[in-house]
Amino acid sequence: MLLEAPFTEEKMRALKVGDLVEITGVVYTGRDAVHKYLHDGGKPPVVLRDAIIYHCGPVVVKEGGRWVVKAAGPTTSIREEPFQGPLMEQYGLRGVIGKGGMGPKTLAACQKVGACYLHAVGGAAQVLAECVTDVLGVHMMEEFGSPEAIWEFRVARFPAVVTMDSHGKSLHASVASASAEVLSRLLKP
Amino acid sequence: MDAKMLQARLLELIRRTSCELPPDVIREIEKGWRREKSDTNAKYAFGVIRDNIGLAAVKSQPLCQDTGTIICDVARPDWVSERAFRAAFEKAVDEATRVGYLRQNSVDSVTGRNSGNNLGPGSPVIHFHETTARSLTARLMLKGGGCENVGAQYSLPDTSLGAGRDLEGVRICVLDAVHKAQGKGCGPGVLGVCIGGDRATGYVASKETLLRSLDDANEDPVLAKLERRLLDEANTLGIGPMGFGGATTLLGVKITARNRVPASFFVSVSYMCWAYRRDGFQLSAAGKIAKWLYD
Repeated sequence: MLLEAPFTEEKMRALKVGDLVEITGVVYTGRDAVHKYLHDGGKPPVVLRDAIIYHCGPVVVKEGGRWVVKAAGPTTSIREEPFQGPLMEQYGLRGVIGKGGMGPKTLAACQKVGACYLHAVGGAAQVLAECVTDVLGVHMMEEFGSPEAIWEFRVARFPAVVTMDSHGKSLHASVASASAEVLSRLLKP
Repeated sequence: MDAKMLQARLLELIRRTSCELPPDVIREIEKGWRREKSDTNAKYAFGVIRDNIGLAAVKSQPLCQDTGTIICDVARPDWVSERAFRAAFEKAVDEATRVGYLRQNSVDSVTGRNSGNNLGPGSPVIHFHETTARSLTARLMLKGGGCENVGAQYSLPDTSLGAGRDLEGVRICVLDAVHKAQGKGCGPGVLGVCIGGDRATGYVASKETLLRSLDDANEDPVLAKLERRLLDEANTLGIGPMGFGGATTLLGVKITARNRVPASFFVSVSYMCWAYRRDGFQLSAAGKIAKWLYD
């Protein structure tokens, strides 16, 4: 289903674990350095209310005076677990795109503010780069370097799976517990 | 061969490794795709993976934006010194970063500064072996951080897992590592496992064994059997591609062993993501690429 900007609470609350979505609108990349900076009280250079943050450190090069995205898949999200929930609540983030899933703190924040975790296919940097139709800007490039900077991407039909929703459901938690049961059977002496 | 030509050949090795998956890897991904049921998140993930493989090759752009730790394994004939090879490889890495085959991926661990060209202390990694052959053999692996982070090393006995100092203990450790990794290493993954060695050589050997072809069989029949068993058992865990659930949790398991001191028994597990970027060539003294090693 399509998920188009503006990313309202109503739209996010309607999404459920397992839904395939195609995101159209503006997303901001942000990973380790950005999350730590914001969590430490740094001022965000972009408006984060109702925004979607993309855990991504893209390959972007300048060609003929303009930015060209060469690769832009998701990075592992769990590293931002200490920061994501508080930032979601403080700024009213509506979603996070990443990979590998996040933990209980983020899940609780999704429930509270009405947000979702949107899982992109890790490693699929070309398919996802094709969905970036425009680079609107870059922030904090000097401080953090290119992969850690905040890139402002306009995306069209960016594919992702809802793996954590605003109703307290997490696909990651259910796969982890189901596979733990199989594991304990395999390891039975 | 002059330095410029060596640099150009190494740039092509980097480009090919970053942008094109070798045929042995693609075959296993196709098998996984066929195995998954239609209308599942697992099938969908494989669909995106297959599209991505095609697109990266056509556009000659990185399969994954995390172009990883750059690890080069070189069998070096006497016509090129270690110093000359390193100089040419570093120039090739610098150029590959400028044109976007590699991301700016090397960060000073103390200051946090990105060097901007993938060069710096410890980067790129080059392992040299001397060879009496006339041609140079170079194998390159680009190993992303997501999968590197889910690697694990166990010291046996491990009482919390109930893993003793035998192959059954090894089996328990490997399955534990796969379960802990869930989808975080961009599965379906390939495991490189080393039994024994010390902490450093165990991890190095676990990565070296990932240079094997996916469809070969271990020369040691005991390890060959353990590889097959672990692959089958891991694929019953139901973790699936990306951790979405599904029948394909791993694409392969490769195991090697090193002698150990009597007091130590390490099991080192390196996890490689589905974007298993490793390639290699044989290069003649005249600078001709005689053979791509995984074609």
